[in-house]
Amino acid sequence: MWDYTDKVKEHFLNPRNVGEIVDADAVGEVGSLACGDALKLFLKLDESKERIVDAKFQTFGCGSAIASSSALTEMVKGKTLEEALKITNQEIADFLGGLPEEKMHCSVMGQEALEVAIAKYRGVEAPVHGHDHDHDHVEGGGQLVCKCFGLTDVFLKKVIQSNKLTTAEQVTHFTKAGGACGGCIPKIKELISEVLGEEKKAAQEKPVKLTNMRKMQLIQEVLENEVRPQLWADGGDLELIDIDGATVQVAFRKACAGCASSGYTAKFVEQKLRELVSNDIVVQEVQG
Amino acid sequence: MKEIYLDNNATTKVDERVFEEMRPYFCELYGNPSSMHFFGGQVQKKVDEARSRVAALLGALPDEIVFTACGTESDNAAIRSALEVFPEKRHIITSRIEHPAVLTQCRNLTKRGYRVTELNVDSEGRLDLEELKRAIDNDTALVTLMYANNETGVIFPIEEAAKIAKEHGALFHTDAVQAVGKIPLNMAESSIDMLSLSGHKLHAPKGIGVLYVRRGTPFRPLLVGGHQERGRRAGTENTASLIALGKACELAHVHMEEERVRVREMRDRLQRELTALIPNTRINGGGADRLPNTLSIAMEFVEGEGILLLLSEKGICASSGSACTSGSLEPSHVLRAMGVPFTCAHGSIRFSLSRFTTEEEIDTVIRELPPIIKRLRDMSPFGREFLAKQ
Repeated sequence: MWDYTDKVKEHFLNPRNVGEIVDADAVGEVGSLACGDALKLFLKLDESKERIVDAKFQTFGCGSAIASSSALTEMVKGKTLEEALKITNQEIADFLGGLPEEKMHCSVMGQEALEVAIAKYRGVEAPVHGHDHDHDHVEGGGQLVCKCFGLTDVFLKKVIQSNKLTTAEQVTHFTKAGGACGGCIPKIKELISEVLGEEKKAAQEKPVKLTNMRKMQLIQEVLENEVRPQLWADGGDLELIDIDGATVQVAFRKACAGCASSGYTAKFVEQKLRELVSNDIVVQEVQG
Repeated sequence: MKEIYLDNNATTKVDERVFEEMRPYFCELYGNPSSMHFFGGQVQKKVDEARSRVAALLGALPDEIVFTACGTESDNAAIRSALEVFPEKRHIITSRIEHPAVLTQCRNLTKRGYRVTELNVDSEGRLDLEELKRAIDNDTALVTLMYANNETGVIFPIEEAAKIAKEHGALFHTDAVQAVGKIPLNMAESSIDMLSLSGHKLHAPKGIGVLYVRRGTPFRPLLVGGHQERGRRAGTENTASLIALGKACELAHVHMEEERVRVREMRDRLQRELTALIPNTRINGGGADRLPNTLSIAMEFVEGEGILLLLSEKGICASSGSACTSGSLEPSHVLRAMGVPFTCAHGSIRFSLSRFTTEEEIDTVIRELPPIIKRLRDMSPFGREFLAKQ
């Protein structure tokens, strides 16, 4: 028997938001009877067509597919379309207290239905989806890799990248690819190497590509999004004073100002900037 | 919650009389039957009695019974032996719907240069003996076919198949794990060379099996070492469990008629009422000769795992041919070989009864299953499309 969390069981036994929205603004449909699971997601937007006010689903599939659909509809309600698009399959699984790895493809199906629904609403080409109703036909480009479940290289690479998958078995658990005849497993291994290769390359190229302007922008973004929220949590703050080449000057504010461990805080800021912007950054604390 | 156990093709309850029979052989009568002293000797007598009891159920001779650790070991031993007996032959015939204990072994052998023919089945899960006749030749070392299928209960024409094998000089083995104790077998009037059975499918404990090997059939052991089982299976006997199996076979013999009549009536009633109450169902193998205890029912537009989890909430234990329950991603190889449509294969549920099943338990399933199916169909995009058309 699967080791489902209590939250998965609870959402399976009492699924939220089952049904359809007759005048839905966005509808996303993925999967098929042949695949063994399918999800039809309905979204209703507010008057400004920005925020999701209601969501419903219909699902054919196992217990975790139903629970994942229920979780997804709860998560998107009240979010803007932009915010909804940021939901990852891992967040759907986390909402349920985790899914057995063999069942992660259920969370991927939910995330995919959401993407398809929003793309269709915006009238843009739907992202290349994995589950395809007609396995001989691939929408939106990409090359068919898993013929049994109709999955393309574009879709598989996306899932490999966003979930940091490293083995073919994991890819099967997350997407079903290779889970039937197994004929595409060598190709899946190639895709994993490609993704790993691209990431490595990107990591190496990071400092070379940065212009001064871009570097300054990035430093500001990291301070705003990654650093300051953490300082706020402890009642502190900082201000960016100047950027001179690789030297970043900051002044601590509120609880951080004059704090005995401000040296540690400066190191934390430096570490974040080195990780996300450039390896040679040095952070200096200044009074200002 | 008291369980309603309708998953007897997976495993069965140990009959309390069987448990009482084996109980003294752990802490009191723990001697080794091979020992020269009285203490081992008294266990040897019980081992002999158990062997005779198993033989009686099969219509076999006691020295044709080889105790093993499980059905899988028996299957492996039979296949390996046949290939060693005929080192010059490189062909095996089996079917597409065998248990993995046979199928995996056969498929692995193709990597070692053997030819394996997997016979097809029709939409009711039946074998075509003409296909067997076309496939068999002088290179065939072994024909191995299951007596009855674990998922559908469909019974193969094993005697006819065994005769065909014999005519062509091939050995014939049958995995009879699901058949023994449920339908009568008589090895005295049979062409079967080897037969596998498993204790835990007939109310004996797990971890004990038998390979029947006909007198005069050449045999090479899988496990070598001591002289146990007349050199056909080395390793100290699992005395308590094989004594239990002997008792279970004796009881199966006594209850056979009941299983065939009372259990069949309950199964048939379950099938009749469920098909009447639930629209769009299909009985897998319903048109074929089946074991009396097995019902495989397919319900369109729903997925098996959801059905099993909701049944489980009501205390009802069944199993499914769906992908999601097994960790595999495709519906069962048996249903696919039968060409069961995908709309049905994912929603196939197996109920397997035993002599411990009661009419009240059947009533409960008849009451609980239809609303579960309705609930899941209401939730399924396909079920709704279908219901809208109705």
